[in-house]
Amino acid sequence: MGTFFQLLIAGIETGSFYALVALAIVLIYQSTGLKNLAQGEMAMFSAYIAWQLWAWGLGIWLAALLAIFFSFLIGMGIQRIVIRPVQGAPLLTIVIVTLGLFLGFNSLAGFIWGYLVKGYPSLFPGSSWQITDTVRISAAAFGGFAVLLVLAGSLFMLFKFTKIGLAMRAVAYNVETSKLVGIKVNQVLMLGWGLAAALGAAGGIIAAPKLFLDPFMMFGVLIYAIAAAAFGGFDSPLGAVIAGLIIGVLENMAGFYIGFIGTDLKIIVPLILILVTLIFRPQGLLGHKIVVRV
Amino acid sequence: MSFLEVKGLEAGYGPVQVLRGLDFNVEEGEVAVILGANGAGKTTTLRALTGMIDTKGSILFEGEELIGKATDEIVRRRIAHVPQGRGTIAQFSVEDNLQAGAYIRKDKAGIATDLEKMFVMFPRLLERRKQAAGSLSGGEQQMLAIARALMLSPRLLLLDEPSLGLAPLIVRDLFETLGQINREFGTTMIVVEQNANLAFKIAQKAFVLETGEIVAGGDAKTVESDDSVRKAYLGY
Repeated sequence: MGTFFQLLIAGIETGSFYALVALAIVLIYQSTGLKNLAQGEMAMFSAYIAWQLWAWGLGIWLAALLAIFFSFLIGMGIQRIVIRPVQGAPLLTIVIVTLGLFLGFNSLAGFIWGYLVKGYPSLFPGSSWQITDTVRISAAAFGGFAVLLVLAGSLFMLFKFTKIGLAMRAVAYNVETSKLVGIKVNQVLMLGWGLAAALGAAGGIIAAPKLFLDPFMMFGVLIYAIAAAAFGGFDSPLGAVIAGLIIGVLENMAGFYIGFIGTDLKIIVPLILILVTLIFRPQGLLGHKIVVRV
Repeated sequence: MSFLEVKGLEAGYGPVQVLRGLDFNVEEGEVAVILGANGAGKTTTLRALTGMIDTKGSILFEGEELIGKATDEIVRRRIAHVPQGRGTIAQFSVEDNLQAGAYIRKDKAGIATDLEKMFVMFPRLLERRKQAAGSLSGGEQQMLAIARALMLSPRLLLLDEPSLGLAPLIVRDLFETLGQINREFGTTMIVVEQNANLAFKIAQKAFVLETGEIVAGGDAKTVESDDSVRKAYLGY
């Protein structure tokens, strides 16, 4: 039993950063119908920014907050400079553009910071709490989960209770009507990219102490995050969070309990999940099938 | 100076020119109806007025040039547009649609009052307040689209074939409501309509469009009694 709970906690810890990146992907998908393949690399780049600020002598919390803020600006800039010119282009064109961003951020990080793995400071103390004889919760696991809850909760409040949230939801569903009620659609899209980049940044910064920072750190996370978004439903932020956590847990449990999977084959867990979701519930766990009466 | 002065309005889609130099005026508080066959350019005229298509010429709204302004800027002058196909957000609840309609307004109390007014005017919307707009019937969706536009507290309301696809009884109610809105709030309206009989009941002014040009226009009564208009659009 102890092992089970220990795996559950470890799963929630990794699931938290899958969920953050998945949330970022869903945010952009909702407003633009686009699955941003560069989301993981952008998060990795943000983690480097925080690392650099920390290496220059800032406290890790301040470094993290500044990096998240810079990521917000970078996200808005990317929308303005790279994405807006191809808006309305065929989907394949836009996918290629996000692939370009993926490679661009990867190479840029390598160019600036090199390819050697860097140790990364944790936002949280190294302590842990002994719950029972066999179960411990580390401050890092608890902290990562708490960050996820706070950010997802804030996003929910933003969407549900603010005017700008209303505008973001409106643009996600119907651009023409949004314009007709006076929403500045381009600004809303920029804001969406900014927020997504900021969420991804938080995910990258929390993941880095565990995964160790190098330009390829987020490759795996991106796959898990896309799986989470597909599993939870690309149009459901709540689904992304829940699915991210489930995938983190499943991955850890499958690696331990299913003999032949081990650590090497763990990556097939999200792939199987994507496949099963697409076959049995294409809109995802909490996604919406759009029903419109004419 | 007229409330709305349109001069030499040209617009088209790519190489296809749809409007070939329209001139018309609408005064404050008037209801103007635009008649015309399919493809005459009625919808394009409305789209040009709210900057949803590239245009040439001049559109003066209270003396201010609208051409070259983005749609959201034009909407900020309180010009509301109910496009063909209704223009609601299908996934939003009825109430969120109405809130979105008031997006540019800052007066919270006024928005709340107007919301209540809409529910009095369209009781069906109150019953379906929390329901997704896409699940409403066609008539209810049209009511919602008009209520959404009214939430802007518009000075000028553009309606693109509000009767399209609705049952005759519902259409009659709809036009009664439109007339009531015009009388109560003094809202200026431009209505594009195939259902000319009903449209003439509330209109003071009428324009007939043919292949991108106004071939008859002016006082609604005069246009209505014109023989060729009667034959072509009123069917008697």
